[in-house]
Amino acid sequence: MELKTLTYLVIGATFVLYIAIAIWSRAHSTGDFYIAGKGVSPVANGMATAADWMSAASFISMAGLIAFLGYDGSVYLMGWTGGYVLLALLLAPYLRKFGKFTVPEFIAERYYSRTARIVAVICLIFVSFTYVAGQMRGVGIVFSRFLEVEVTAGLVIGMGVVFVYAVLGGMKGITYTQVAQYCVLIFAYTVPAVFIAIQITGLPIPQIAFGSDVVGTDVSLLQKLDDIVTSLGFTEYTDGSKSRIDVFCITLALMVGTAGLPHVIVRFFTVPRVRDARASAGFALLFIAILYTTAPAVGAMARYNLLETIQPGEIGSPDGNLSYGERPQWMKRWEETGLLSFEDRNGDGRIQYYNDANPGFRPVAESYGWEGNELTVDRDIIVLANPEIAGLPDWVIALVAAGGVAAALSTAAGLLLVISAAVSHDLIKGIFLPGISDRGELLAGRIAAGFAILVAGYLGYNPPGWVAQVVAFAFGLAAASLFPAILLGIFFKRINKEGAIAGMLTGLMFTYGYIEYFKGLFLKWGGSPWGEDVAGEWLFGISPEGIGVIGMLLNVAVAIVVSRLTPPPPERIQKLVESIRVPRIFDD
Amino acid sequence: MTAASRSAYWRANLRLVISCLAVWFIVSYGFGVLLVDVLDRIVVGGFPLGFWFAQQGSIYVFILLIFFYARRMNTLDRHFNVHEE
Repeated sequence: MELKTLTYLVIGATFVLYIAIAIWSRAHSTGDFYIAGKGVSPVANGMATAADWMSAASFISMAGLIAFLGYDGSVYLMGWTGGYVLLALLLAPYLRKFGKFTVPEFIAERYYSRTARIVAVICLIFVSFTYVAGQMRGVGIVFSRFLEVEVTAGLVIGMGVVFVYAVLGGMKGITYTQVAQYCVLIFAYTVPAVFIAIQITGLPIPQIAFGSDVVGTDVSLLQKLDDIVTSLGFTEYTDGSKSRIDVFCITLALMVGTAGLPHVIVRFFTVPRVRDARASAGFALLFIAILYTTAPAVGAMARYNLLETIQPGEIGSPDGNLSYGERPQWMKRWEETGLLSFEDRNGDGRIQYYNDANPGFRPVAESYGWEGNELTVDRDIIVLANPEIAGLPDWVIALVAAGGVAAALSTAAGLLLVISAAVSHDLIKGIFLPGISDRGELLAGRIAAGFAILVAGYLGYNPPGWVAQVVAFAFGLAAASLFPAILLGIFFKRINKEGAIAGMLTGLMFTYGYIEYFKGLFLKWGGSPWGEDVAGEWLFGISPEGIGVIGMLLNVAVAIVVSRLTPPPPERIQKLVESIRVPRIFDD
Repeated sequence: MTAASRSAYWRANLRLVISCLAVWFIVSYGFGVLLVDVLDRIVVGGFPLGFWFAQQGSIYVFILLIFFYARRMNTLDRHFNVHEE
């Protein structure tokens, strides 16, 4: 069977499965729609959280980023897992005890203020739309490569599927669909990794193969990679080029941001008890770690395979490089998408791939007769192209495409749900129409979800950058705005509404401003970016990806100082804080 | 529930949280970032050790930490009689 037909079949089959689950688990009340009626088991919730959490960025982009960044890619690995420790220890059990529907609802009650609620909704919408834009670009890439449809058509199909199960099923539908999506995506991720690990090292476990000797040699994969990349002018694979402070800040921003992401937090509202919320965070991380410990192995193996393909002979010898005419089939296919391109600068008909931005390597390259790097590879294609590079059978390639779609759709659905809940529950019910009936609110939630899907589709059509990079900004914003407000609300009784509001606004505006200044996020107001995005220009040498940490510290500092200068929160709020600190419900 | 036992429970919880976060910090920011150059001189199973902590080890420790915390909290909840029925 042809690859395209096979891919259509596999993706089509998964779509039928998701929609069937959505129909089976339709939402009948607002409780079902927002928090799945608090009836999800901790293990199922862990799986759903893992799918919710692992986005197109994790599935499609991350291994590719690590493949090119080497050690520097660790920021994503530690950053996107360590946040679960914060979530389990600092937020999830208390928010579950609070036992309401949304994150802004907690902020509103803890800070006894409608203004605080509106500010929290603004932060939430900012964070979630930044994040969803990355997902939609992921769906677009998969569809355009594997189904050979226009990106627009791919987007419309993806939006249609999410619409059906998010709007029909709400949180309940999304939860059980995400369990299925987790199974699809983890299978799709690990199968090619196992095959490639066997090809390169003879060992079937990627986590171990990663450090093992390459077949037929007594040199480890990592050692070999270090040798090859340095002789092509790149930084050593196991050593990075980012400054320590930047690695530190990016990792911390991603961790804290993880704990502050509304669509992740809200997953812990769906379990029956406080103790389930704690355990569920552990299961979530366990399921996530299966992919996250495989990804760096995939990255290293993909980099190795790519270099071996381009540079089959000795580095520097005239026929050491791959001849363009003899390039493998997978390169031709990816060239059609424009995500991989070749330019024969020195006119020798062969592909040279090296670091031409390294001035120290320039004389060496010139002595080889190389006149610049000739291959451009978009990092986002590494995982998707990996099975083809390794020559795996077509069904594996189709499976990877279905996995990429599952990862993007599951995250998009979770995000769309928190956006719609923020609109229908926090704005409409909480502020504008407090008297609205349960049925009316459910309808409003469904309309808001539908509208959010359209906006997400638009953002996906105008993608603002790499998937992983865009998503990284969402974390910075979450770290600087929502996380401190929730954390302080639980651990410090003295924080009042004035402090929380001032803190959230400071954190959000500072972080957003900094990112806009250096990167121009996606609004590009007034011709941003204005600043030159180089380490010398950054505040304390912290890149826009890591600046959320400073935003967070500013938020905390402002919240504490302003709270000290204004009256303490009322007695009943102090009681509320005490009650969320213990699992059992007491009547006093 | 008395105010005294409430605050004793909360203090015990904070102690546990702080020690878990200390481990969380040491394996990731300590071994994976700040001390990476020193640890990279040691090679275990083909991995420079600092690099291994940054890309594998810290994640394994995170999982163990959460389950450890969840278990200890269940014990603590029972001990202070604040567990859910």
